[in-house]
Order: sequence, then C-alpha cells, then structure tokens
Amino acid sequence: MAHNVNFDLTAQHMEAGLESPADEEGVHDSFNQLIEDQRQEAFELQELQRDLDEEERDSVAYLSSPGREMWRGSQGRGEEEEEEGRQLDPLIEERWSSATLKVLSSMPSRTIGRSRGAIISQYYNKTMKLRRRRQSRPSIKDFSRSARPSIRGYGMESDCMETEGVDEEGRKRDQLVNNLQNLSLSDRVRMLRAMPLSVAEKSELRRLAGRKGQRSNHSQIPCCSQLKYHIIIALRQSWYSCLSFLHSLQLWQVALKRVSGRFGTGVLSYFLFVKTLLFFNIFLFLVTGLFLALPQAVHPPTLTQGHEAFSGLELLTGGGYFSDSVMYYGYYSNSTLYKDCRVTSSSMDQQPSPSVSRRTMETDCGVKLSYNMPLAYFFTIGVAFFITCIILVYSMSKSFGQSFRIDKSHGILAMKVFCSWDFKVIKKTSVKLRSENICTQLRDLQYRSRIPTKDPLLKEASLLALPVVVSLINLLLPGLFNATAWMEEYDSPSVNTYVAISRNLMLKVSVLVVLCFHWLGRIASDPHSIGLQCWESFVGQELYRFLLMDFIFTILDTCFGEFLWRLFSQRVLKRKRKPVFDISRNVLELIYGQTLAWLGVLFTPLLPAVQIIKLLLLFYMKQTSVMMNCQSPRKPYRASQMSTIFITLLCCPSFLGAAVCVSYTMWSIRPSESCGPFRSLSTMFQSGKLWVKELETHNPNLAWLAWAHSYIVENPLFLFLAAGIFLIVIYFNTQVVDGQRKIISLLQEQIENEGEDKKFLITRLQAIHQQKRPLSPRRLTSQASQDSNS
Amino acid sequence: MGTTASQLGKDLLSEYQELTFLTKQEILLAHKRFSELLSKEDRNLTSVPMEKVLSLPELKSNPFRKRICHVFSTSDMKDGSLTFEDFLDLLSAFSDSATLEIKSHYAFRIFDFDDDGTLDGGDLEKLVNCLTGETEDTRLTPEEMRQLISNILEESDIDKDGTVNLSEFQHVISRSPDFVSSFKIVL
Repeated sequence: MAHNVNFDLTAQHMEAGLESPADEEGVHDSFNQLIEDQRQEAFELQELQRDLDEEERDSVAYLSSPGREMWRGSQGRGEEEEEEGRQLDPLIEERWSSATLKVLSSMPSRTIGRSRGAIISQYYNKTMKLRRRRQSRPSIKDFSRSARPSIRGYGMESDCMETEGVDEEGRKRDQLVNNLQNLSLSDRVRMLRAMPLSVAEKSELRRLAGRKGQRSNHSQIPCCSQLKYHIIIALRQSWYSCLSFLHSLQLWQVALKRVSGRFGTGVLSYFLFVKTLLFFNIFLFLVTGLFLALPQAVHPPTLTQGHEAFSGLELLTGGGYFSDSVMYYGYYSNSTLYKDCRVTSSSMDQQPSPSVSRRTMETDCGVKLSYNMPLAYFFTIGVAFFITCIILVYSMSKSFGQSFRIDKSHGILAMKVFCSWDFKVIKKTSVKLRSENICTQLRDLQYRSRIPTKDPLLKEASLLALPVVVSLINLLLPGLFNATAWMEEYDSPSVNTYVAISRNLMLKVSVLVVLCFHWLGRIASDPHSIGLQCWESFVGQELYRFLLMDFIFTILDTCFGEFLWRLFSQRVLKRKRKPVFDISRNVLELIYGQTLAWLGVLFTPLLPAVQIIKLLLLFYMKQTSVMMNCQSPRKPYRASQMSTIFITLLCCPSFLGAAVCVSYTMWSIRPSESCGPFRSLSTMFQSGKLWVKELETHNPNLAWLAWAHSYIVENPLFLFLAAGIFLIVIYFNTQVVDGQRKIISLLQEQIENEGEDKKFLITRLQAIHQQKRPLSPRRLTSQASQDSNS
Repeated sequence: MGTTASQLGKDLLSEYQELTFLTKQEILLAHKRFSELLSKEDRNLTSVPMEKVLSLPELKSNPFRKRICHVFSTSDMKDGSLTFEDFLDLLSAFSDSATLEIKSHYAFRIFDFDDDGTLDGGDLEKLVNCLTGETEDTRLTPEEMRQLISNILEESDIDKDGTVNLSEFQHVISRSPDFVSSFKIVL
C-alpha cells in the first residue's frame, strides 16, 4: 500500500547527539504530519486486523526500525481517524475500542518511557552512534550476511524484518551487548551507568559484555596491550578510591542536609557557596603556609629590636606582638635561607661526605639546602593567584553552561509544574509551605492579567513617596557629613568649611542629575509605557511636589531640628552657648530650591509664585528660629568671600544646569501629542521656526528679519563668531588688568625709592648744619632753635 | 545478590560503583540504612515492603513517595516493595552525579500515574494535586484545574496528541536549569 511516510531517518540519526535529553529524532517523527498524510488515503480494515493479530502476542513494543513502527502506529491511528471522522485533536477523547487502545499503548512514543525493550533498542542505537563516532566502521563479520552491503554496519537491517518473532527483545539485547563489547572500557561503563534500567539487568548486560569481551580480548590482543589493559584497570580502581576518599571528607554534610531538608535548594546554595570559599582559602593557606611561613619560621631572622610583650589588644589591632612575627611582610628576610647545619656528634654520621660540598661555610656542611626567600615569596603569591584564577574561570564556565538556556520565554507554566518540586525538602512543615507556595504561583500564572484595583486616593498619595525620600536624603546626609568632619582633622577651619560645602554640593548635584535623567531621559522618551497622556504636566507636578516637600521638611527641620538640637546641647551636652547657625548648609538648601524652581518653570509657569510664597514664609520662620535657638558665631565669617562663592554656585551648577535641561527639552524632546502649546510639533523650538516662515509669507517687509533669523541665529558660524569675539574681549581685559598690576608694583617701588631719597637728604642736611655751628652747646641749641624757627 | 548479609562483598561493591552513580561511601550508607529497615523483619526477606520504605525520613513527607516506590520496584507483585538493588537504583537516580537524562526519565515515570507511557490529562491532574498539597484550601478548583491542564498541554504537547510523552517532557525539562538540583535525595 502506498503511504507517504518519511523513511529518511539516517540523516536524523547522524545529527542527534549522544546524550541529548530530547532525543526526539531517533524515536519518532512529527505526529501531525502523519495524521495529515493518513487522512488522505483509503484504508482497508483487513490490514488493520492483520496487524492487530500480530500485536496481540506481545505487549512489549517490537521495534525493527523506528520508521516501520511509526508506520504501523500511524496506520492504526489513521484508521481511527477515519472511523471517528475528526480533524485535529481527537486524541483527547477517550472513546477508543480496546484494539485501538492496544495500538496506542504500543506506539513507540509511549513505550519509550515504559518498557525495557524500548530502552534496550534506544540504547542500542546510541551505542551504534558512539561506535560510529569512535571507530570508522564496525567489522563486517559481526553482521549477518543477508544485510545489504551498502548499509552493512549501520544498523539498517531492513532485510531481517521477516524474522521478527517472540525473541525480538532478546535479539536486540544481543546486539546491544555486541555493541557494548566493542566500545572502550570507559565508554562501556559510562553507557551502562546512563541506562535507565534496573541494577539487576545492568549487571546482566555487564556480565555478558565483559565475558565475551574478555574472551575476544585474550585471543586477539598481544601481551603489551594486555599490560595496557591491566594498567587501565588499576588506574580506574585508584581513581574510584580517590573519589571515594574525597567524598568521605564530607564537610558539614549533616548540617547541609538539615538545611536543605527544611529550606530547599535556594538557601542551600548560600551554604554551598560558603563551603566553596572555605576550600579556596584552605588552598591559599596551605600554599602560603608551606612555602612562606614554614621556612621563615624555621629560620627566624635576627631581630634588631626587642620583641614586644604579648597583650590582648593585638588580637584586635593586629599590631604589637604580631607586628614582628611571621604574620606580616616585614618579618621575611630578603636573602637566601641556608639550612643551619650545626655540627653535632649525632649529625655527623647522618651528613653526606664532605667532599661533595662546593662552598664551605663556618661549619662543615654537606649538601646545602638553600631557599631563596624573595623568589619564593614572589612565585608563591603569583602561582597561588594564577591557580585560583584558573579554578574560578573553570567553575564559572561550567556553571554558566549548566544554567544558560536559550529559549526561556514560553513554556513557563509547564516548567513550573514539572520542575518546581524540590525533592530535597524533608521537613513536613516546609513541604506544606512549598505546596501552598506552588498553588499560589500556579494561580497567579493563570490569572496574570488580573490587576487588583487600588484605591485612587492611595495611588495619588503614593506619588508623594519619591519627594519624601529625596527630602529625607537631603536632610539627613549633611548631618552625617558634619559628624564625619568632626572626626577628621583639618589644617585650618576654612578648609573645614570648604569641605563641608563641597560634600553637600555634590550630594545635591547628584540628586538633581538623577532626577533629571529620570524625567527627561525615561519619562519623556517613552511616556506611554507608564500610561501618561501628558508627560509635561506630570513632570511639572513632580517638581511642584518636590518643591513643596522640600519646604515642609525645611519647616520641620527648623521647628524641631534646630529647637531640639538647642535643647539637647544645653541640657544633655551641657554646653554654655547655643548652637551656631549653619550658614553654608542653609544657603545650599536655598540654591537647591531655586534650581528646582528654574527647572520647573518650563512645565509649570506659575511655579515662581509658589517659590515666592515659600521664600516669604521661610524668611520669617528662619528669623524667629535664629533669634531663639542660635548664637552669634565665634569664628570670623568672611562674608563677602562666601557671598561670592554662593552667587557662583547659584550661577554655575544651579542655573547652568537648569538652563541646559530646559534647552535640551526645548531642542530635542518630542512634546506630547495631546496637550500643551506645542502639541503638533516635533520639538518646541520648531514654533520659532514656523513663525519666521509665516513672517516671510505674510509680511514681505519683514523678510529681512526672517533672513537674519535663518542666517544669523540658526547659523552656528554666527554663534562661534560671537563666542570668539566675547573671548577676545575677556582676554584683552585680563591683559589690561595684568598690565595695571605691573604698573602698580612699579609705582610702589618708585615711592619706596623716593622715600629713601628723602631720608638720605634729611640726614645730609642735618650733618651739614651740625658742621657749620660746632662751638657751644648753648649756641648750638639757640642756633638749632633759630634754625628750627627759620 | 545477597543483601541480607551484614556486609557487602568487595567485588559486589565495585560492581555497584560501576553500574550506578553512587560512590563507595554512599553505597555503604545505603546498605546500612536498608539493613536497619530489614532488621525488625524476618532475616530471610530480601525486599522491604513499601510501608517500611515510606517510613524513611527522606521520603516520609514527599508527596510522590508512593509513586517512587512503584517506579523503582521490580517485584512481580507490583506492591512497591524494594530490594536492595532497587533501593540503589533509587538513590542512583536521585544522586548528585546522575545525568539529566536519567533524572528526566525517572521523573517521567514517577509522574505517569497510570503507567501508560504518557502524561495525559488525568496524570497531570494528579500531579498538580500532589504538588499543591492535600488540604482543601490549597487545592485548585475544577475550573482552574481544567484551565491549567489545557495551558500545560498547549505549551508542552508538540505533536498535539493530547498527551505529553517522554521526549516532550524531556524537552520541557531541558529548559529548566534547576531541575537537576531539585531532583535530588541524599541519605
């Protein structure tokens, strides 16, 4: 009968890997395809009856070749198709006759999971593939003569189909044993282990394979290969005993089992990780201990200073007694260590003959054991790190290979149902918890679309969460900075102030940068992902909330913070004077608030009004607080310098940052489609361009304005020129200032010189007058008074 | 295969080491525990009845304990009693070094409640009931169960025959990296 069944199975056999779990190609083909094929043919009931008669004798599947079985199974299936007249999913229905059920039960796809014969034949195929991979071709004499020469050795014994009988399974088993014999020993062991048969059957197979193999081995192999065979056996035994020894070291086995019994695989992985780290550290300790600490401890260097006594604090600080011991780098000598061979009567007998010695030292030594300490130190550390690196990379690649899966997106439900039970969990309560958890998860996966409705007021109030968090950060972290500054020692108080300002500034700048990124980078680029129709209004509202929260927290801080701090410092710390008003912190808070206002004015045009109200209230509040809670500062405050700094901060990070954000928004971000004055444009800036174009068309007199706009404002060359001219002007001014400084210094020098001249002339005058009237002191004094009068 | 002897022979031990995924220590420990299970019974028995096996702490709370005994049992009476070699088979399939293929094969057989070689709707329903526990409030309603089973079949039944056979099961399993570590029982 003509059936369009796909017999091209050789290609599939070649491709399938040896130990792939999804070994579908070797077992069956797509079922659907065959149903389609069958439905188009006409069947005869006698064929089915004949098949059923044959099958009744044997409930275990007989498989000559998978294709043929497929054909049989599908034939029965197709016949049922005809009977029921159904299209695609009739197999879920259960009204089959007993004959059909029998056919169903002997289908290869169903028997592979159940019957021994199917497993044997599957593993026969696998061993065949393995042999083909390991050797070129199995020897011809192992196959029956009736097999066609071209496919001899590839398992396609199609001509043997006629000899099917009761002993089909036995024949398959013999073939499997034959294949096993021809594999190498390790392959055979691996194959036997991986078979899902019971131990009794596997030992039977092993016995058969080993016996025949041994017979053939002894007859064929010459003696040197026999030796190799024995060596391999011995190596294998030693490998097994080595593995057993490693397993017997079982550190923490009981504890790990208890943990996994109660908590499962997830928590267990933490403890296994601890174990892994322990082994790494043991390895490192052994290496450094053996190669570094031990030789140095045996040959202690001569100490230059006395050893400090042991007191308990060394255990915490690591210094003291330990600082001159083998624990630290400084103890190790930088020369080659020689074995100290002190000549004693007993050791003389043990030493080798002195004639071997090349160099004589103070004592007669034989062969010297020298240990190059610097070299050992360097290589030990290097090699230890290298080996650790190799081990880590190897285990990382192994675990990555185990856990990486390509197609994870669908099939989650089936995966969860089949794989989620953790068989390691033993404790009853844990089992119960897991069952409940699985039930919840399954229910959730089913009803994934159901979103619980939240109270709308609650949703609105939850929008306040972010501003509150940011304000809290802004409030608490500067206090932390002050506390750390108290512990640090600075060269001068002004350094203290600058450090505090810069820390606070960096905090606020980073907060603002993250917020801007969040608003402009994420919300503005994809507003529909959050369900926003009008993102500009949303951002404006956010900024309003931030401003308001900042104000509220400032109020709280002023009322409670400063007030409480004053009480605390006076009552508890017993300080005589009230606390000092922290000028820089408060000014930075004002700058932060102003930055928010500048950022928000594009989205919320009335935000400056809010800021005005806030500043008015803040003024009165802070004034009251300062009067009540603070004292005048002891340190002189360089007001004009700090004012300059604050104005600079207001201009440079604050205003500049806000201007950059606003320009970016106007230049590149797409406005919302459904709200705002720019709703149909691609950028906000386009409105200007459109107006200029309109101007051109409506009013030809003002065409020069349009020309000016397009050629000057939009032209980058103009901006470069303007900036260049501006820079040149600044440069000239600085040069003028420099020149004037030089002139000032020259003039100062000149004045000094003039002063010198004046001093010189006066002394000379004095000297001359004294020479002219030398006679009497009376006359001198009257002369002097006359002189002084004239 | 004398398992009632108080000690395992050396060649038997090495044979078991070769045929299963267990190490020597694990085989000896299994022998000890199996002997304890046998100790109260008649010495001539070679297999332990299912009730005694289920009294092991490792299996006591497992919802699949009866199926595990049935799958690994080679007794002719199909009563779930295990000989020592069946016990070793069990431990080998659930051991650390067993391959994914062995584990998925035995997992399939454990989940196949009616032993017909595939997981049909009835098998899946019993499986889900075992997973979600025996109490009433964790059980799924019939409507939920039906929906769940049809979703599972839609995801994993590749040839659309209404059941999940071994290959399809292994295909689903191979996509989960945690299966190997959760399908473990350690004595």
